Amino acid sequence: MTAALRFDPIRLPPECEVLRREVRAFLAEEIAAGTFDPHKPQREDSDAPEFSRRVGERGWLGMTWPKQYGGHERSFLERYVVTEEMRIANAPTRRFFVADRQSGPVLLKYAPEHIKMDILPRICRGEVCFSIGMSEPNSGSDLFAAKTKATKTNGGWLINGSKIWTTSAHIADYMIAIFRTSPSTKENRRHGLTQFLVNMKQPGIAVNPIAQITGQYEFNEVVFTDHFVPDDHMLGELDGAWKQATSELAYERSGPERFLETYYVLTELVRAVGNHPDTRSAEGIGRLVAQLHTMRRMSVSVAGMLQAGREPVVEASIVKDIGTLWEQQLPHRVRELAAFVDADASNHATLDEMLSFAIKTAPKLTIQGGTTEVLRGIIARGLGLR
Amino acid sequence: MTDTDNIVAETAERIFADLADSQMIAKSKDGAWKAPLWQALADNGLPLSWVPEDCDGSGVSLAEGFAVLSAAGRSAVAVPLAETMLAGWLLAQAKIASPEGMITVAPASPKDRLTLNADGTVSGRARGVPFATEAKHIAVVASGIGGVSIALIEANACRIEAGLNLADDPSDTVTFDHVKPLASHPAPSGFDQNGLMLMGALVRSLQIAGALETMLGISVQYSGERVAFEKKISKFQAVQHNLAKLAGETSAALAAASSAADALSGSASDDDAIFLEVASAKIRCSEAAEKGAAIAHQVHGAIGFTREHVLHRYTLRALAWRDDFGSESHWAVELGRLVAARGADELWPLVASR
Repeated sequence: MTAALRFDPIRLPPECEVLRREVRAFLAEEIAAGTFDPHKPQREDSDAPEFSRRVGERGWLGMTWPKQYGGHERSFLERYVVTEEMRIANAPTRRFFVADRQSGPVLLKYAPEHIKMDILPRICRGEVCFSIGMSEPNSGSDLFAAKTKATKTNGGWLINGSKIWTTSAHIADYMIAIFRTSPSTKENRRHGLTQFLVNMKQPGIAVNPIAQITGQYEFNEVVFTDHFVPDDHMLGELDGAWKQATSELAYERSGPERFLETYYVLTELVRAVGNHPDTRSAEGIGRLVAQLHTMRRMSVSVAGMLQAGREPVVEASIVKDIGTLWEQQLPHRVRELAAFVDADASNHATLDEMLSFAIKTAPKLTIQGGTTEVLRGIIARGLGLR
Repeated sequence: MTDTDNIVAETAERIFADLADSQMIAKSKDGAWKAPLWQALADNGLPLSWVPEDCDGSGVSLAEGFAVLSAAGRSAVAVPLAETMLAGWLLAQAKIASPEGMITVAPASPKDRLTLNADGTVSGRARGVPFATEAKHIAVVASGIGGVSIALIEANACRIEAGLNLADDPSDTVTFDHVKPLASHPAPSGFDQNGLMLMGALVRSLQIAGALETMLGISVQYSGERVAFEKKISKFQAVQHNLAKLAGETSAALAAASSAADALSGSASDDDAIFLEVASAKIRCSEAAEKGAAIAHQVHGAIGFTREHVLHRYTLRALAWRDDFGSESHWAVELGRLVAARGADELWPLVASR
């Protein structure tokens, strides 16, 4: 028999609700000041450095990290609340989101002390932007086929090759990337890759924009030509990146950003149908809300298990698998229901605009950060099938 | 709490393991397993779990009782344990003592209504009443000029047309024609038929989630035994991905049902929040039953389509339970109306409140 799946009915503690009110009030002020428009998820100017600093000033970056590095030693559940409220408001989080969720924790675990003291407080102040260098032109889901090389040189490493689909590389100050330091071995094809911290402002890096089908510009090709990385920028074990890559995945995979990406179309549909929906609209909305509530309860449950020190890797992969599929299908379900909306509904144009954008965004949701296929492989392993 | 971390649920699990083994039941032609199973459950006070001790019940907490129902779902228990627990809970709302033996509840569908006549008798028709043909008594919610009452009625006093659900468990039509209750008492203020539907929907959600856990377990096990094309079928990626999807549906059902159970056990006091939790559980568990049962059968192939195999005990019950106490379509319409009435900008605050 398989190990039991666990989704305990964990509730956010009372301090989270105080925090939620603070975040909502802050976001309302930012919206009123014109920093961003919650009804325009498709905006081009989603890089907002000043907003990033103000979020840092509030103490909402590096929330769970030790105080000595500028962190706030708050709970993972409190961070959860900040993340979900930002996402619901369509706030411009691009500049700080990756650093806060992923890069900071990697540095905390593997970077030497002086680098932690230098960079982590700046992440907490919302001053630096990170990107992640994983995919290459010929290796995506097959992470361990990466070829971009780090060659030992005096005092450090020379990097040659390229990364691709690198979100935010064009605005990033740093990248955490994996490079090949040795060939893989017969016994372990994952051997030979090492994690490095790359300073994007140093020479030998060309960032080439790649236009997306949404019309937005988020990802890039990053070409390294004899780019120098000092020895102390190596993170963790030489040739052993594969041991480090998996432990953070539970955090990365189960957050609210894994099912709320297209949420805005649902709110706008509810607005369009008004207070007295016909049966078809009511039934459609009811199902979507039930699915949303269930996703969120699963996601909060995983967050609570992480906070309790457990490693719910399978549960987290399940959240991303069904969460991303849900947010991918949501705009299509909303479109079906929108067909019955009164053509005179005052927000008809907004709903149409949002739907176009969400439908164009949808394909990427089950690809980025671990494809559906990769996730199902992990779940299958957890079930004891492989 | 839907885990086995309480002694009541552990007792129930032990009884199910000893006396409700699926293989034994699937082989049985005469239903001889039913009487000893019920007797063991009754001896341990499980059917009257939610009846207070001063009314001769076991007086266990709602949460402990919910864990019993999860276990009953995992074993696809086909005696009216859930129904009797529900009836005992309902009667206790009006401080009516529960009789011994099997009891069921009516109405079992939000579309049916029972009337409390001026002379104190009950009239009306309730369809899809589970186990009415086997129950000695029926606990009902009926409305009259004086408001809502809860009553205890003898099954013999009603006209019962036998029917069967998808899993061949009794699902009967009960006609009340000026039936005089054995006991009747006004429902507590604010309690009406919706209260019974909410509790019934949650009970069925927990049972469905439990059945899905077993479907996942036996499907994974079977995939590791069956060989095709010279490999265990668990080694085929297409099969692995199907089982991963089944794990996802099972997880969604477990999360939704245990969250709603936690809400009704006391973590929610706001009516809209309770409604969101329970409606979502019934909707999502029913959806999971459909997708999950299909995958479990697909993995098992033809053998799972036989009477002899145990799989249908779980799949058909999970599918059947969708229909009781409001189908997913019913709850979706009601939830959609609630969300629309609150307005677009109140949707997220409602979801985030849980």
